[in-house]
Amino acid sequence: MLPRAFDYYNPSSLAEAAALLKKHGGEAKILSGGHSLVPLMKLRFASPAIIIDLNSIAGLDYLKEEGGMLKIGALARESALESSAVIKKSFPILADAAKVIADPLVRNRATIVGNLAHGDPANDHPAVMLALGAELVATNGKKERVIHVNEFFLGTLETALKEDEILKEVRVPIPPAKSGGAYLKIERKVGDFAIVAVAAQVTLDDKGQIKTAGIGLTNVGPVPIKATAAEAALVGKLPNESVYAEAGRLAADASKPASDNRAPADYKKSMVREFTIRALRLAVGRAQGGK
Amino acid sequence: MSKKEITITVNGTAHTASVEPRMLLTHFIRDVMRQTGTHVGCDTTSCGACTVSLEGQSVKSCTIFAVQADGKSIVTVEGLAQNGALHPIQEAFKEHHALQCGFCTPGMMLSAVGLLQRNPNPTEDEIRWGISGNLCRCTGYQNIVKAIQDAAGKMPKGVKL
Repeated sequence: MLPRAFDYYNPSSLAEAAALLKKHGGEAKILSGGHSLVPLMKLRFASPAIIIDLNSIAGLDYLKEEGGMLKIGALARESALESSAVIKKSFPILADAAKVIADPLVRNRATIVGNLAHGDPANDHPAVMLALGAELVATNGKKERVIHVNEFFLGTLETALKEDEILKEVRVPIPPAKSGGAYLKIERKVGDFAIVAVAAQVTLDDKGQIKTAGIGLTNVGPVPIKATAAEAALVGKLPNESVYAEAGRLAADASKPASDNRAPADYKKSMVREFTIRALRLAVGRAQGGK
Repeated sequence: MSKKEITITVNGTAHTASVEPRMLLTHFIRDVMRQTGTHVGCDTTSCGACTVSLEGQSVKSCTIFAVQADGKSIVTVEGLAQNGALHPIQEAFKEHHALQCGFCTPGMMLSAVGLLQRNPNPTEDEIRWGISGNLCRCTGYQNIVKAIQDAAGKMPKGVKL
């Protein structure tokens, strides 16, 4: 399958890329890993006249700890998550996600930042970043703008990025001690989108009570969902099965799945409830020092 | 829509051609270079029949534009054998009957080599996850896994694709 014809640019700086984006306005699309965009172009669901490829820009492929933050550059591949020491130490939620995003060949190309910029509620990083409270850094080549992940996803394939902005980085605060997270996904087979997936991140206080909680839901609505009522119900509680069950019920209430060829909507809601419970159980266990 | 002149080194030989930016790497390999060992299976990033090694990373060549590989090196199944001798992964696939129809085999072997370069001694579980982007409709994977286990100890030292 061939996409419609387009003109191709591979600028060597973000400023140059942003200038091209500004010049071509809505005609242009940014290409990083390309594993969401290229399939859409081959199916002609998307037919941009201009492609601006970021892959020739040096220095964007970082995944590092700096100033108490995890910083992920626009060209860091999904596979980088699998070998990163900071992920292993501080972000079990991202280690979980890294194993279930597409397949190993796709992960060698696909980028974490692109997974967010695409704005697809079926992608995995949006829910993870909602649970983690990430910040996204956009640039128009002249100035940068920090957008909190809670304000980033506006609709299906629609984000808070302006027409002349490129997403250049995602930043996540390194969780304090007694934190843990988990990402659990039901998929029909490797490489498919989630039927349902749940991201959970918790921090416990000195008494073992839940101090903060983040819950993100994948592919159960037109946008990635932050289950705020479930999060609020967890704060200040000693973690136990009845607390998880209540959070699961509230997360299911927050989901808005559609019936499709993956599963009927009521099944998906039930799975949001159950997987929220399981993800919380795992996240709390990890926060308490377990695996 | 202007064409671009690109140079891609395939199996050690540089090839220059003027291509439309929309040309996929897989079509550059098959149609421009006439190296047809790289297969087009699903053409939707699912099956892995088009897997090649791009700068040492196994990738699906149906989901990369040829212009993106400009100035880069790729290895296809035709580049595995050296000086008339089969690559250890090819020997192992032959030895363990790790194929029937052979359609997935080039991609499966390139994926396996990528895995073994990253992880020289994978467990069976790691092999099964490592080839999870490659579909085989004949073998049920058992002999493929055995072949990769066998090849693991025999990979050429210091040689990277």
